[in-house]
Amino acid sequence: MASEESPVVAELRHVDKHFGQLHVLKDINLTIHKGEVVVVIGPSGSGKSTLCRTINRLEPIDSGEIYVGGKLLPQEGKALAKLRAEVGMVFQSFNLFAHKTILDNVTLGPRKARKQDKAAAEKEALELLDRVGIANQASKLPAQLSGGQQQRAAIARALAMHPQLMLFDEPTSALDPEMINEVLEVMVSLAAEGMTMVVVTHEMGFARRAAHRVLFMADGQILEEAPPEDFFTHPQTDRAKDFLAKILQH
Amino acid sequence: MTLLTRYLEFMANYPVFRAFWVNITLTVFSGALALILGTIAVTMRISPIPSLRAVSTFYVNVLRDIPLTVVMVAMTTVVYFSLDVDFSGQLATDFYVGVVYFGQAPETSVGMMANFYLLAIIGLGLYHSSFIAEAIRSGVNTVPLGQAEAARAVGLTFLQSARIVILPQAFRGAIAPIGNTIIALIKNTTVASVTGVAVETSATMSGMIEMGPQFIILIFLTFALGYVIIVIPVGVLTTTLSRRLAVKR
Repeated sequence: MASEESPVVAELRHVDKHFGQLHVLKDINLTIHKGEVVVVIGPSGSGKSTLCRTINRLEPIDSGEIYVGGKLLPQEGKALAKLRAEVGMVFQSFNLFAHKTILDNVTLGPRKARKQDKAAAEKEALELLDRVGIANQASKLPAQLSGGQQQRAAIARALAMHPQLMLFDEPTSALDPEMINEVLEVMVSLAAEGMTMVVVTHEMGFARRAAHRVLFMADGQILEEAPPEDFFTHPQTDRAKDFLAKILQH
Repeated sequence: MTLLTRYLEFMANYPVFRAFWVNITLTVFSGALALILGTIAVTMRISPIPSLRAVSTFYVNVLRDIPLTVVMVAMTTVVYFSLDVDFSGQLATDFYVGVVYFGQAPETSVGMMANFYLLAIIGLGLYHSSFIAEAIRSGVNTVPLGQAEAARAVGLTFLQSARIVILPQAFRGAIAPIGNTIIALIKNTTVASVTGVAVETSATMSGMIEMGPQFIILIFLTFALGYVIIVIPVGVLTTTLSRRLAVKR
């Protein structure tokens, strides 16, 4: 179980970022401990996806520092590629490599970034695909799978690198409603196994079930930071009350 | 004797088939060179290093903006006569004789001809590499940004992402414009005569027109038909491949 004593996996210090005139991240400070599941919620345009994407430097920052596994995120180059291999990422639009089979998608990272041999990489990939319930789809192309299956394949692809930390950037937002649960189930089981996760989502049920900590973001700032029960029952700020009222109404 | 039989008799004095063969081989070798250079140029163009992007942009724009005839004349006047770049060595000569004459060397100055032939390949390759680069770049634009992000996120370096993820999809999305460039290249090989390639369709056609002006319409038809026969399969292949290899999303 995650606690203050667990080692720090990622840390953001005074992170600021602009998109042109827009100040999308304002002095963000955040520490993520090993085994912790941090769920980031907030209205659209609050900067939550950007926050998630800065952690593996898909979005470079203007100022501040980001540490992953105790190391300052390096500039673009081999060192950054190496560090990114330690951070799994799951995207809203899956982003499976469209010209490669599901199996090749999962083995690509281990083989090319880790120089693992093909047989070993495929053996592990098949185990991972089995775990997310799509081992029988291994030889298909991404476009032949449903959205839920694609997203589970994307999770397997990230897990194949044995990441220290998994980032989920709205993993269920592009899915048809009946496919959301199959993806959330995989995420819940990952959380239960102690995977360190940062999850940007609108799935409040997932936040209640799996999160150790909920961050509420608005206008580029972290306005609240609390265990899910506290946050959902006693939000402190008006913005959070307003947001919860709107989404929990129906 | 009918006009046609008289024309066929006249045509037999000219190396028409060899001339077409020379243009075909020019296409193959300069096309391969253009694909290699174009791929390097486009890789530099999408790289995260600003100076490489600038070099690639400059290269593509300069070569695209100069008329082909100027490039091809420059290959002999500048590269050969002024800079003394000479490809008449044994290796180049063997290559030329092997490719064009299937190893059976004619008596004429083969070293010189090999030199012009190779200069023409380089000139055509350089010029068309800029169009190939632009064609592949249009293919890169068909690859969603998320593909590159996912490649980086699993820990691939820039070159690995380009080679394994982006370019393979870009090529599949660029088959039609690459095919158009190759078709243009096939016809543009006729400009090789200004580089000094003597046995070649446009040079052969000019010689035939000079010696047999009474056959002028038949001469034109011969060469026009020859090119149509060469180009049609390329067009068909391009269309089929671009449909069959399209990346399904």
